[in-house]
Amino acid sequence: MSPAVGFRDATAIAGIAQTEFAKHLEPSEAELACQVIVAACADAGVDVSEVDALCSYTMEATEEVDIARNIGCGEITFFSQIGYGGGAGCGVVGHAAMAVATGQAEVAVAWRARKRGSGPRPWTNTSTQLHVPGQWTRPAGLLRPVDEIAMLTRRYMHDYGATREHLANVATAVRSHANMNPAALMYAKKMSREDYMAARWVSEPLCLFDNCLETDGALACVVVSAERARDLKHPPVYVHAFAQGLPPEHQTMVNFYNDDPLIGPAWACARRLWANADFGPEDVSVAQIYDAFTPLILLSLEGYGFCKRGEAGPFTDDGNLEWGKGSLPVNTSGGGLSEAYVHGFNLINEGVKQMRGTSTAQVESAETCLVTSGEGVPTSALLLRR
Amino acid sequence: MANAAAFSGAYVSNLGPSVEGFLLPAGDADGAFFWEGTAQGELRIQKCLSCGHLRHPPRPMCPRCRSVQRGFDVLSGRATVWSYVVPHPPLLAPYSDLAPYNVIVVSLDEDPNLRFVGNLVSGVEGALNEIDPESIRIGEPVKAVFKKFSRADGSEQTLPFWVRAS
Ligand SMILES: [Zn+2]
Repeated sequence: MSPAVGFRDATAIAGIAQTEFAKHLEPSEAELACQVIVAACADAGVDVSEVDALCSYTMEATEEVDIARNIGCGEITFFSQIGYGGGAGCGVVGHAAMAVATGQAEVAVAWRARKRGSGPRPWTNTSTQLHVPGQWTRPAGLLRPVDEIAMLTRRYMHDYGATREHLANVATAVRSHANMNPAALMYAKKMSREDYMAARWVSEPLCLFDNCLETDGALACVVVSAERARDLKHPPVYVHAFAQGLPPEHQTMVNFYNDDPLIGPAWACARRLWANADFGPEDVSVAQIYDAFTPLILLSLEGYGFCKRGEAGPFTDDGNLEWGKGSLPVNTSGGGLSEAYVHGFNLINEGVKQMRGTSTAQVESAETCLVTSGEGVPTSALLLRR
Repeated sequence: MANAAAFSGAYVSNLGPSVEGFLLPAGDADGAFFWEGTAQGELRIQKCLSCGHLRHPPRPMCPRCRSVQRGFDVLSGRATVWSYVVPHPPLLAPYSDLAPYNVIVVSLDEDPNLRFVGNLVSGVEGALNEIDPESIRIGEPVKAVFKKFSRADGSEQTLPFWVRAS
């Protein structure tokens, strides 16, 4: 029996909340964070004073001490931050769940507030990013995350015959879901395959529509024991399994320096995740897959075992990722590509909505949801079930 | 041939861009030998002096045998193109003025798992954007050349570039 059996379904996400998503929001990141955490507690039906664990990203602008004294917490007995940007999200919720499952806390909050829409692009800061590993890449003009992922994408296309048609399958599927979600930034903007093919290049082979949005927004969720969750407002969404992944000799984003650069952290994360679960990829009803860039969905589909290595391109054909059509609806709120880019936290809350049955692209009788964080960086994933 | 460790030990701070505005490495103690090598026209790769394993980027400990005894080999500079991208704006100046240009990752002939990020140019004075990106092929042979840049304070830094090898 897996030692994780004591963790399996021991906790549940009882509350979720999100702010408006926009290119620019007036309030500070601290104010957005506080408001969204309070709203998530209200959604759960727990009093904010009960919160005793705070979990977020190392890149989060507002520290636990500031959150706690703003929202009026009592005694906080667990707090943690996870690094590696978009790789952190599911890990943040996983740590919150572990804290509750092991008795370190009773009401854990995970959150992310970010003004990426109106704030500076991180890659424009040249004073902080020229050390390891930047000294080996940035002088050559490999400046932005999109350039780094495009490098892996080109090699992936070369090795396996994936094409821009496959990337377009991803972009248009996710956009079609945003078109069903009034909260999505791209709710009113349709995207056809022709629109995708005509878009300007950002870093060949990736075009504008292979890139996520730039968004201001904040999201939070509340994790409590499964027992407590059954007495709260919403049906419990169980945290069935959780994993993090950091493979051998990995380098964040610029993973060019090992035997097989196309095997990213998703593979390591997936092995632990499935080992700790009592179901497998074939039993996943709906998936929320981290999508800062479209090719990350292809790599993740392989890493998490939905298809064999090199077969993710054809896996996306015939609308296979689309709601109402495919075998694996992906990013049913519009994801980072078309709903909002808040370091993947909107994927977590969308997973909860699918398990509650309240998504704007609800998958009929969905029982299980995979949520993943960023591929290409040390990552994490969650399996949710109702 | 393995050279004994020749580390300055000093942390090389970010001395700023070249006079043209190109980003230059903000080196660290681990990588100092590499940049000392490029200044002499050598492509140096860190080598474990205990088990002989070559590794890049440079770091204190060998992941194979956990030794911290380290030096370097001077490699041939022969390599093949592993992948490439063609960045378009928005970019930092002066890269944005040259866009679209190429950035390549090469696999070194001595060990294809040793890779470097650089640019394919026609010669040591060639610009980043003068090779037609449509002509670049994964697997094509290249070799290292070394180009010296100057900073506003008069300090110099030499970077490897890659030219087509026939
Ligand atoms: Zn060794």
